Amino acid sequence: MQSSAKYLTRKGWYQTAIIAIIGGTYILGSWVLNFDNLSGLMAVPRAFGWLGINFQPTAKSVEYLPKIWQKLMQTVLLAISSTVVAAIISIFVALIGSKVTGINGFVQLIVRGIASFFRNIPLVAWSMILLFSFKQSDFTGFLALLLMSIGFLIRAFMEIIEDEASETMLALKATGASYFQVIFQAVLPQILPSVLSWILYMIENNVRDATLVGILTGTGIGFIFDLYYKSFRFDAAGMTVLSIIIVVIGLELISNQIRKVIL
Amino acid sequence: MIDSEDRVIKKPQLPSSPNIKLHETSLSRVMILLVFVSLLLITGFTLTHLDTANVQLNAAVKELTSTLHQMFLQPSTGSDGLGELLQGLGMSLLISIMTTIIGAVFGFFFAVLASKNLTNVYLGTIIRVVMAVVRAIPTIIWALIFSIVCGLGSTAAILGLSFHSVAYLTKAYSESIEGIDKSTIESLEVTGSKFWVIVFQAIWPTIMASFVSWTFIRLEINFANAIAVGAAAGAGGIGYQLFVASGMSFDFHEVGFIVYLIILVTFLLEFIAVKIRHFYLDR
Amino acid sequence: MLEVKNLDKSYQKDHPALTNISFSVKPGTFVAIIGPSGAGKTTILRSLNQLIKDDNGEILLDGSNIRSANKAQLRKYRRQIGMVFQNYNLVERLTVIENVLHGRLGYKSTLAGVFGRYTQAEKEEAMSLLKKVGLEDFALQRCSELSGGQKQRVGIARSLIQHPKVILCDEPIASLDPASAQTVMQLLKDLTEEYNLICVANLHQINMAKKYADQIIGIRKGQLVFDEAADLLSEDILRTLYDQDITKELE
Repeated sequence: MQSSAKYLTRKGWYQTAIIAIIGGTYILGSWVLNFDNLSGLMAVPRAFGWLGINFQPTAKSVEYLPKIWQKLMQTVLLAISSTVVAAIISIFVALIGSKVTGINGFVQLIVRGIASFFRNIPLVAWSMILLFSFKQSDFTGFLALLLMSIGFLIRAFMEIIEDEASETMLALKATGASYFQVIFQAVLPQILPSVLSWILYMIENNVRDATLVGILTGTGIGFIFDLYYKSFRFDAAGMTVLSIIIVVIGLELISNQIRKVIL
Repeated sequence: MIDSEDRVIKKPQLPSSPNIKLHETSLSRVMILLVFVSLLLITGFTLTHLDTANVQLNAAVKELTSTLHQMFLQPSTGSDGLGELLQGLGMSLLISIMTTIIGAVFGFFFAVLASKNLTNVYLGTIIRVVMAVVRAIPTIIWALIFSIVCGLGSTAAILGLSFHSVAYLTKAYSESIEGIDKSTIESLEVTGSKFWVIVFQAIWPTIMASFVSWTFIRLEINFANAIAVGAAAGAGGIGYQLFVASGMSFDFHEVGFIVYLIILVTFLLEFIAVKIRHFYLDR
Repeated sequence: MLEVKNLDKSYQKDHPALTNISFSVKPGTFVAIIGPSGAGKTTILRSLNQLIKDDNGEILLDGSNIRSANKAQLRKYRRQIGMVFQNYNLVERLTVIENVLHGRLGYKSTLAGVFGRYTQAEKEEAMSLLKKVGLEDFALQRCSELSGGQKQRVGIARSLIQHPKVILCDEPIASLDPASAQTVMQLLKDLTEEYNLICVANLHQINMAKKYADQIIGIRKGQLVFDEAADLLSEDILRTLYDQDITKELE
């Protein structure tokens, strides 16, 4: 009895300590960054008030719509194509790099390293480097999204293969099937739905990230938002944000429906 | 004959039927095929119609190679100096930690209210819809909006990042909560416990592991976002230094150094996340 | 005839998983390997089709040594050795008949296998095997929709279509309810007799082993301590196999 009482006391202390550390970090952070929590909190309703007044679409802002939608569709297409190309590359790399289907330990290590490297170089850095060599064009945006997506998808696909395909892989190996037969008959059919689900997720994500890339590289929806915003045409900027919301939520709904059917 | 071995297992006695189907056309198969084909078509169309601004591919690749060479093989601290870069890095890291804390606290609160197995449907639906809208707006736009109200700086960055953080974590946590076995909640309900008692005595301990793991995933995302916001909204931190070095002074040696610093921190975050996740999963 | 001679295996140095295992099995025999967890039952089974490479010894199938086979030869041996798994290891998203036909992959050219082209004769055989295991009505269902016992019967059909001389069963009934377990064991026993197979199964349930097996092999700490006809398994031997081990650990 006593030891269990002791355990509970210790657990209590332990939780208090964790909360204290987290709270302390937060207060320290506020102090270092000069972040006034109260006025920060106050800024939220003020921001929404400001949004309500300035972002209100007017009769004039409807004129911007065709231009906004053209850029937005361009961005969505860019997000889709960069994801698809990244997925095609990643699935091959993941197959040779996963613990289950991989070639050997050395290759696996290299693949993991490369994926991690691509994933962790910030999107800002990719955009700026590519902008310098490939100039202000959609192609630059495409490449930045592509490189980023490859890093994420390689890791995701490798995890899917290791989680979902290792047992069936073993069974087919035991029947005397060759490597490619096992890949095409067991591994790929098994992982296909999860892979597709990840691709859909990556497309949604890339549409949002494309906004950032667009601001930096002067392409797509990010560019047009930045343009309106910095020239104080807030009604048009509001229209842009509204369009982004509609498209992103639309994509999310479509993806969820697809997932429901395939999983 | 399908068998060439000496020992043959009995041949089938079944009357040979004309075609044996291997699978029926199910909705799932059709859907997968349909989605893949349309994605490929869209990609094909986009890539052939891509605006490349008439860039000479050869020259561009050559230039890129030399840029990458400068970055990764000859990194240097550049005009900012090590001290200032580390300060910027610390600032970005602090912003990401603080916004993750804000996101976790509010996210958990909203997640409890939004979970289908805990609260009434209307409240849950309202929260879910609001969060979906908040999530749909890119972080960078949130930061830009707040930078007008609060002025450029870390306050705008923190508020902007927090919004997305809260919305993301609300969704993640509420999915974990909805995955809880109903009996866990019922066992405390029958003792007559109050709602928040059930939340902290039954739900919190059950989702602890996935809570920690989602929070750390968000921390990594927030760090990346803090850099992005610093660069694109001028909100300070290492992101801004990265933007200046790569887009204004074109000092790619410094860009390389900054990228190395960032990669170091993300590796560290990933390492800590793995350790802590193991710690919670093993218990 | 399956012969195992002086099989050795260690995963770490100085920690042998198997030491000097030798036994032989005649066609038409159902063999059960019993012993405590971690004794090396799975290691033996997976050495038999070389999913685990052993360190020393010989494994002879009708006189030819599997251990010294090169990659292409090994694939030929493997297709004569069916395997049934505890977790069934089916491709859950494919249909029952597609999973059964996977057993033919070892006989096909790589390209035909990659694209899943099967001959009419193969499909007919798959159907007749499904009938044999009582699943002919389920041929076009997805495996994910089946119960555990049904999945295991698909696994058995998959191994039979390989036209095997040997079927290895790695804990075939460990995840099944008692009724399905009986069905699966009876099916394995009947098939062993009907096709004159060698069936080697790892089992945790001693009563199942005694009821269905012809021959029982007892493994303890990687060593063979018993290899006799099933009815010779006595209380004394079971105590050496399990009890002493447990009391020893308690000390």
